[in-house]
Amino acid sequence: MKRILIAGEAGQGLVTVGQILSLSLVRDGRHIVVTQGYMSRIRGGHNTYAIRAAAGPVAAPVEGVDLLVALTSESVELHRDEVDDDGLILGDVAAAPAMDDDRWLGIPFAELVPARQMNIAALGVAAAQLGLDRELVERAAADYLGGKKNPEWDAGREALDEGFTWGEFRRRPGLGLSAVPAAAAGRVMLNGNEAIALGALSAGLKFLSFYPMTPATSVCLKVIAHADEMGVITEQAEDEIAAVNMAVGASYAGAPAMVATSGGGFVLMEEGVSLAAMTETPLVLVLAQRPGPATGLPTRTAQGDLDLVVCAGHGEFPRAVFAPGTVEECFELARRAFAVAEASQGPVFLFTDQFLADSYRAVGPFPAAELPPVAPLLADPPAAGMYRRYADSETGVSPRLVPGQGEALVVADSDEHTADGHLTEDLAAAAAMAARRRDKIGVIRGLMVPPTWYGAAAPETVLVCWGSACGAVFETVDRLQARGRAAAALHFSQVWPLDPAPFADRLAAAGEIISVEGNAGGQLAGLLRRETGITAARHVGRVDGLPLTPEYILRKLAAA
Amino acid sequence: MAKATIFDNHLEPAWCPGCGNFAILPAVKQALVNRGLAPSEVLFVSGIGQAAKAPHYLRAHVFNGLHGRALPAATGAKLANPDLEVIVESGDGCIYGEGGNHFLAAIRRNVNLTVLVHNNQVYGLTKGQASPTSAAGMITKAQPHGSSGPPFNPLATAIVLDAGFVARGSAGRPEELTALIEAGMDHPGLALIDILQPCVSFNKRQTWAWYREHCEPVPTDHDHGDRDAALRLAFAAEEERFFCGILYRGARPPLENRFPMSAGGILGRVPVNGGALAEIIAAHG
Repeated sequence: MKRILIAGEAGQGLVTVGQILSLSLVRDGRHIVVTQGYMSRIRGGHNTYAIRAAAGPVAAPVEGVDLLVALTSESVELHRDEVDDDGLILGDVAAAPAMDDDRWLGIPFAELVPARQMNIAALGVAAAQLGLDRELVERAAADYLGGKKNPEWDAGREALDEGFTWGEFRRRPGLGLSAVPAAAAGRVMLNGNEAIALGALSAGLKFLSFYPMTPATSVCLKVIAHADEMGVITEQAEDEIAAVNMAVGASYAGAPAMVATSGGGFVLMEEGVSLAAMTETPLVLVLAQRPGPATGLPTRTAQGDLDLVVCAGHGEFPRAVFAPGTVEECFELARRAFAVAEASQGPVFLFTDQFLADSYRAVGPFPAAELPPVAPLLADPPAAGMYRRYADSETGVSPRLVPGQGEALVVADSDEHTADGHLTEDLAAAAAMAARRRDKIGVIRGLMVPPTWYGAAAPETVLVCWGSACGAVFETVDRLQARGRAAAALHFSQVWPLDPAPFADRLAAAGEIISVEGNAGGQLAGLLRRETGITAARHVGRVDGLPLTPEYILRKLAAA
Repeated sequence: MAKATIFDNHLEPAWCPGCGNFAILPAVKQALVNRGLAPSEVLFVSGIGQAAKAPHYLRAHVFNGLHGRALPAATGAKLANPDLEVIVESGDGCIYGEGGNHFLAAIRRNVNLTVLVHNNQVYGLTKGQASPTSAAGMITKAQPHGSSGPPFNPLATAIVLDAGFVARGSAGRPEELTALIEAGMDHPGLALIDILQPCVSFNKRQTWAWYREHCEPVPTDHDHGDRDAALRLAFAAEEERFFCGILYRGARPPLENRFPMSAGGILGRVPVNGGALAEIIAAHG
């Protein structure tokens, strides 16, 4: 396992270095976990791109650095304490000529390459130090940079070559990657937001409206990049309120629809959540979390919006809330979100956060060509008589038609309404209509994803978590088990509704229950207590905008 | 020709006796009949308010959404199924007040919608507060010192934004209104028809008689393509002269042209191109 950290200013091309290195590692058959840290600015500041590379599956971001690629002298100072004693710090020799540190390897960039190509030369040195194949890295660089279509490609390739050669002659022992089997066919490099977009496309997404907001925008950009060939209508709305109302209108008219936003945009969308519930219109809402309240920390991560989503929208109505823990789950649960939205005819929520959104992993293969789409579940028009959009049914789910299915008229209303969709103030009819809508929770429960139990069957300690905390918490369990402590984790990739049946007995038999979440109060722990009576004894929270890591969790556990 | 009764339904309007809405409803139905449309070819999208109830009183597809949000909902529905004749029908509070940002954006976006704004210069459903189009100084229980600021000028705003079709109708001129709605539906882009109407319960000044006095036809020699002339007609509202008819016509292409996938029919029924998706995913390897 190697931990690589690329650090520098925004605008220096450090993401380019990270992406090409990541792609090279994945093509070399390795697993990766990428953690990106960036400031809310386009130039300057201090950004990081961390890659954890391993021969086997890994899912957690970890602390510590084996190879620091420092593009500025500030990067050296900010991160040298994180570098292991036998690690390596790569940087510009001109920036720190008199650096008294055995780990330091100053690169004479000015002699090797033009200033514009400094990042690519650093990539070459780093790749050589890791023992990656020169041609493999060059192909990855060509694919990422556009090869000959990019007018700067020749200069880039030369810089890569210069850096690689320079680095190859100065290899530090111990930094080389261990041997791995060849990459599985079809394995790809995706981050969480790309996987959500691809999962949605695979499900049959046909309409996406949005207002840009970090860290959700990349979901939308991924859909837009493929919208023409996949036949998806996309529109940047004037605000989140318009975005969600457009999506509800499109879904009413027969286009499976999605919106994606972060917490601040989501609160503007809440009236649309309520509208989707009342009009019984399928809608998938992606909420990519960042720390709040208000504008908060726009480019950092958090798990602070669970309570918000579980209670979002005025009035009472059933909902499903998914929280993928891995990039694979981002794809699978995006598909499932559409399936549940169609089956229950209402809003379904999908959580991600800045960490997972930007975290590249080696995943797949996805059998995308074989996966069945989640076609809109439309009924057949009645042979005779008037169609009633909100007719009573055993499951609470009314047969759904959309305009354009023959003569049947589809009347939907945000007011309380009769079965034919027209507004009513018949209070008994209103109560019955509300009860039928609530009954749809049965359909949602039938499609639930149970939580995953990981580790010891009868643990002294069980760590309860949700969403992107999965990787860090599971690895914490591994480390506790390695120290001889019977530990387990319970991870929820669906956080609402909660059905205690699959886990209540195991939790009751466990020793200490500890909630581990990227928030202050323990929001899932609160829901568990409310819904099941199960109470966590302690909460390990993180609110500094950084993702949970095994080291962080272990420190907090030890501090008790 | 089919009769307007094909658009009748069984519900009795919950409007005050003498409301201007009673004159607008049959004018709308007549326009649909004149255009040869069947109820299943027409979708009405409305927000909230007395005007927004109008779609409940006719036979067609209806999406009665949230206050202020008729335009975004209609935009989504029209893009999802451009075969539908989509008509937005709501009031001045809904379209110009709560939905003001959507009004600006919808005109710029130029989706093929016919937008009917019942403009009675007051909030009726919430009992008589000032609306964005209320006359300056209008006294209400909520504005005891008078409505602040000059009234919003929807037609001038639309012309400035180069809307494709900008017209004013009146509940007191139903035949002309029918013709305007038909022309609006003919226009391949967003058509705005602001419809003056009295609120017999809460607007005691702008009565049926007041409108008869203050409305006049757009001059017969007016050039619809002349934006300056159109603006002058729209600005006449500041002197309470309301020109009825088509004030302005632009020629921007509708947004739908940008979406070849939105060619008609139910979009959700179009199969997912699994082969293309597999290639998209493979390109990440």
